[in-house]
Amino acid sequence: MVGPVVSLDNLTLGYRRHPAVHHVTGSFAPGSLTAIAGPNGAGKSTLLKALAGELKPLSGRIRLDGVRRRDIAYLPQLAAIDRTFPMTVLDLVALGAWRSAGLFGAIGKADMARVLRAIETVGLGGFEARTVGTLSGGQLQRALFARVLVQDAKVILLDEPFAAIDQHTTSDLLAILQRWGSEGRTVIAVLHDHEAVRAHFPQTLLLARECVAWGATAEALNAEHLLEARRMCEAFHDDAAVCAA
Amino acid sequence: MIYDLLIAPFAEDAAMRHALAACIALAFGGAPIGVFLVLRRTALIGDALSHAILPGVAIAFVFAGFSLLWMTVGGVLAGLAVALLAGATARLTPVKEDASLAAFFIISLAIGTLLVSAFGTDEDLLHVLFGKVRELTPQAVLTIASIATGSMAILALIYRPLIAECFDPGFLRSAGRAGALVHAVFLSLVVLNLVGGFQALGTLMAVGLMMLPAVTARFWAETAGGQIAVAVGLTVAAAVTGLLASFHAATQPEASIVLVAGVFYVVSLAVGPRDSIAARLIRLRHLEA
Repeated sequence: MVGPVVSLDNLTLGYRRHPAVHHVTGSFAPGSLTAIAGPNGAGKSTLLKALAGELKPLSGRIRLDGVRRRDIAYLPQLAAIDRTFPMTVLDLVALGAWRSAGLFGAIGKADMARVLRAIETVGLGGFEARTVGTLSGGQLQRALFARVLVQDAKVILLDEPFAAIDQHTTSDLLAILQRWGSEGRTVIAVLHDHEAVRAHFPQTLLLARECVAWGATAEALNAEHLLEARRMCEAFHDDAAVCAA
Repeated sequence: MIYDLLIAPFAEDAAMRHALAACIALAFGGAPIGVFLVLRRTALIGDALSHAILPGVAIAFVFAGFSLLWMTVGGVLAGLAVALLAGATARLTPVKEDASLAAFFIISLAIGTLLVSAFGTDEDLLHVLFGKVRELTPQAVLTIASIATGSMAILALIYRPLIAECFDPGFLRSAGRAGALVHAVFLSLVVLNLVGGFQALGTLMAVGLMMLPAVTARFWAETAGGQIAVAVGLTVAAAVTGLLASFHAATQPEASIVLVAGVFYVVSLAVGPRDSIAARLIRLRHLEA
């Protein structure tokens, strides 16, 4: 049994001293598919942001084993992208070839072949010259998945990848997720649809600011845990006492 | 006839040749920068930075007299200080880039005004600030051309990460630490090109030549590369036309050049092939797929 690739060690994350993720400990095994589930405001996106290295822990730490920060691909929610930018699908996906081409180097034949293959894999063949502004939400998400494919990352973080995406696209993209898992990549995805989680993700972290359950999906998403997650208090208090733990 | 109208002014007047050479250099250096400023939705940053370099130029003038070298150095230093402070503030605090730039360039302007009023002013100073494209020395043309050459080389180097930074800054952040560096280099290029432009056109008109063709280009080309090509071409065309107008009709040359670029913009806005008013009004029959 190989050790975990990412582990959380009594991790607390938050903003302006208020915790959004409170004392979470656990680990992600290499090649595992883990869904992060929980109500709105549970700290799911915050946890992903911290795993991507964009947010420093308030306390505790995130340990990476055998992967470097640059081996982590992070796909935030769609809103972060400037869709009016005059960039073609080919250019967008080619950004994923970043690591082999470097910041300034040319993209070689082999990389370009990988880019074209990735575009084909996500079902966007023929869209290479289209600008991103002309894509639908689902097509853009396919293109971003193609970029992750090209990135060849060992750990893949996805923040609500199927929000506002239709059934057909979702099942195509889920197939890609499964493939990533079988290739030994670690996939961590924030998801709201519990049915999809049960069907496609063997592992689940149920988060409600605190860790409610973390383990096999069927067990983590049982009625008792879901009820407990729903009772989470969303409010922050300005006069909250300093956490003793 | 055509020779007299279009060629002779440049063939027979060395000052016109110098002006043309300087403007062509400015086109290749500044127009791509302008396109990126537009793509980053920071079109007004050029304006703010041109105000920021002005005190540096004025201070250099006060202490070193009418020296092209020192005024260039002063302008670059003042502009870089403001641009990098503002850029760093925007990255490290929740203050947005435009707001922090607005704060710093006003401070720079106030310091400059204070120093100039304390140490005396001169008629020549106004001359410097408003440019004199038809009185450029070969040395000034060389300075402008050097800045443009360096700027193009650096831009070519950071082209891809810069595009990535504009389009999806989060991706660049997750891919490494390059974002902040690219951002700083780009802001430095804006300052450098404005300093190059001020020697020819004055600080205020230099912004016009950088931004007008860049804004116009989006009505003609779809990709960033295409927009840059169009913007460079439009800048050269505006320079030639504006200089000829100033020669034949004795109009103020700097304003003429910028005004021609302005005419290009209004015409493109009206009838350009992409997203113009005409393109919106004329409805071609829709396609099958």
